[in-house]
Amino acid sequence: MVTAAPLEVRGLVKRYGDLTAVDGVDLTVNSGDVFGYLGPNGAGKTTSLRMMLGLIRPTAGEVRLFGRDPQLGAAALEGVAGFVEAPRFYPYLTGRKNLELLAALDGDGAAGRIDEVLDVVELRDRAGDRVGGYSHGMGQRLGIAAALLRRPRLLLLDEPATGLDPAGMRDMRLLIRRLAGQGMTVLLSSHLLAEVEEVCNRVAIIRRGRVVYEGSLADLRRAAGVAYRLRTTDDERAARVCAVQPGIDEVGRGDDGTLSFRAETERAVGELSLALSEAGALVLELAPRMATLEDLFFELTEDHAATAVPA
Amino acid sequence: MSAPGVAVVYRWELRKLRSQKRTYLGLGAAAVVPVLFVTALVVQGGRSGPRDVAFGRYLHDTGLAVPLVLLLFGSIWMFPLITALVAGDIVAAEDHNGTLKTILTRSVERERIFAGKTLAAFSYAIAAIAITGVVALAAGIAASGLHPIISLSGTRVSSGRGLVLVGASLLVYLMPILAVACIGLLLSTVTRNSAAAVVGTLMVSLLLQLVGILPGLGALRPYLLSTQFDAWQGFLRTPIDWVPIVRAAWVCALYAVPALIAAGLVFLRRDVAGG
Repeated sequence: MVTAAPLEVRGLVKRYGDLTAVDGVDLTVNSGDVFGYLGPNGAGKTTSLRMMLGLIRPTAGEVRLFGRDPQLGAAALEGVAGFVEAPRFYPYLTGRKNLELLAALDGDGAAGRIDEVLDVVELRDRAGDRVGGYSHGMGQRLGIAAALLRRPRLLLLDEPATGLDPAGMRDMRLLIRRLAGQGMTVLLSSHLLAEVEEVCNRVAIIRRGRVVYEGSLADLRRAAGVAYRLRTTDDERAARVCAVQPGIDEVGRGDDGTLSFRAETERAVGELSLALSEAGALVLELAPRMATLEDLFFELTEDHAATAVPA
Repeated sequence: MSAPGVAVVYRWELRKLRSQKRTYLGLGAAAVVPVLFVTALVVQGGRSGPRDVAFGRYLHDTGLAVPLVLLLFGSIWMFPLITALVAGDIVAAEDHNGTLKTILTRSVERERIFAGKTLAAFSYAIAAIAITGVVALAAGIAASGLHPIISLSGTRVSSGRGLVLVGASLLVYLMPILAVACIGLLLSTVTRNSAAAVVGTLMVSLLLQLVGILPGLGALRPYLLSTQFDAWQGFLRTPIDWVPIVRAAWVCALYAVPALIAAGLVFLRRDVAGG
C-alpha cells in the first residue's frame, strides 16, 4: 500500500504585491521525520506554515497533507495540528476553557483528552487561570497541548522554543523528542540551528523564500567539511606547499594570521605534514576545527551565499 | 469521524460573549435605558415626556406606550449601536486576538464558523430588543398601569390586544436590526478592526437616516433601511396597515442578504495572516 507523505510541498509561492514572501518552496516530510525548517527571521517560514495549515492561499504551487489539499477545508487537516507564530487563545477564558472550546471544534472525543494533554505540557495546576495572565512560555505549552488534543500524526510547530528561557527550551526539546518517539511526524521551524540540531533528523534551510538546502543533517555536516589550522616555522613556504598538495584546498589565512585549509580526507592531512617537513616548513601546530553547522547555516542564509550546497 | 456542526460553534460563540464585558455593556444599556426613561417620567410627573412623537402623549396613560416610544428613539442610534457592538466585533476581535488562526486550524469548516458567529450576533441583537421590550413594558406598567391605548388611527385598542401588538411591533423591529447586524458582520470581516466596524456600522445607519431627510430625495425614503425602523407602526393602525410591514421585509432583506453573502465569501476566502 502506498501512503502519501505527511507533508509534501511543491513549487509553493506567496506574493504580496511586489513582495515575494515564499518563492518556489519544495519539500517533503516523510513519516517519522523530525524536520527542521530553518531560516533567518523574514525568510518565509511562517508564511509557508500558514499555507501548510490552509490559513492563507498560495499564489502558486501546492501543499499536500497526507495527500490532501488544505485549501479545500478543515477536513484536510485531519491528523494534523500545530500553530503559526505564537499560539493564541482567548485571554478572557481559562486555559482549560480554551481547550474545551477547541476540543468542541475538534469533536472526535477530544474533550476527554484535556487532562491528559495538560499533564503532557505540565500545565494542569494553572489550567484554571485566565490565559490573559499566562507567561509566554505557558502560552507556548498551551499551544502544544491544544495541538495534541487532535492526536496528530503530523505536528507543525512554528518557532516553538522562541522566547523561552534555557530551561524552557530544554523542556521543549525533550517534549518534541518524546512526541517523535511516540511515532509523531514533526516539522518545526526555527531561526536557530542549535535549537533543532539535537532533535531533527532532516532539515530544509530557507533563505529569502527559497530552499537553499534540503536533506539530512548528517549530509549537511559532511558538506560543512573539516577545516584545519596550521602553524609552521615558515608559513610562506607552507602556504606554497598547501596550494599544490592534492586533497587540500581553500588555503587561506585566519584572523590571527595562521594558515587554514580544508582537507578532503584525513589521509590528505597526513600526507601534507610529510610534504611540509620535506619542504623544510616544520609543523608547530596542525589542528582540526569542525565547522559548526551554525557557520554553514550563516553561509547559506547570508547574502554572500553563492550557490546551494549539493544535497 | 463527523465534524462538529454549526450548533457547536454557536454554543461556544455565546459562551465567549458571556465571558466578555462588552456584552454586558450593550445588554445593560438595553435594560437600563427603559428604567431611566420611566423614572424620568415619574419624577417630572404631570404631562411630561416627548409629546410630539407618536404615542408620546399616552406615556402617563398606559405602560403600553413606553416600549413604543423607546422603539422610536432607539432607532436613531441606540439599537444600531448595541447591535453593532457585537456584530462588528465578532470576527474582527478574533483577528485582533490572533485567535482566528487558532479556531480555523481545527476540524470545523470555515462556513460553519461563520454561520455560528452570524447566529450569535443575531441572538445578541434579538436579546437586546427583547430585554428593552420586556423592561420597558414592566416599568411602563408599573408607572402608568396597563390600560388601553389610542392607535394611530385614533381608535381605542384594549390593553390585551395592545400587548399583542407591542409584541408584534418588536418582532417587526427585528428586521432592520438584523440587517444592521449583517452590515456589522460585513464590516467586521472586511476591516478586521473591531472599532472601525462598530463605528462604521453606526455611521452607515446614521448616513441612511440623513439621506432620508435630505430635500429632493424623498422618493428614496421608503427604500432606506432607516425607514424600516418605523414599519411596526402599521400594527398600530385600525385596520392593521400591512404595506410598510411587507415592504420592510423585502427592503431589509435587500440590505441584509447581500451584506451577509459578501461577508461570508470574504470570510471563506480571506488569508488569515494576523496574530
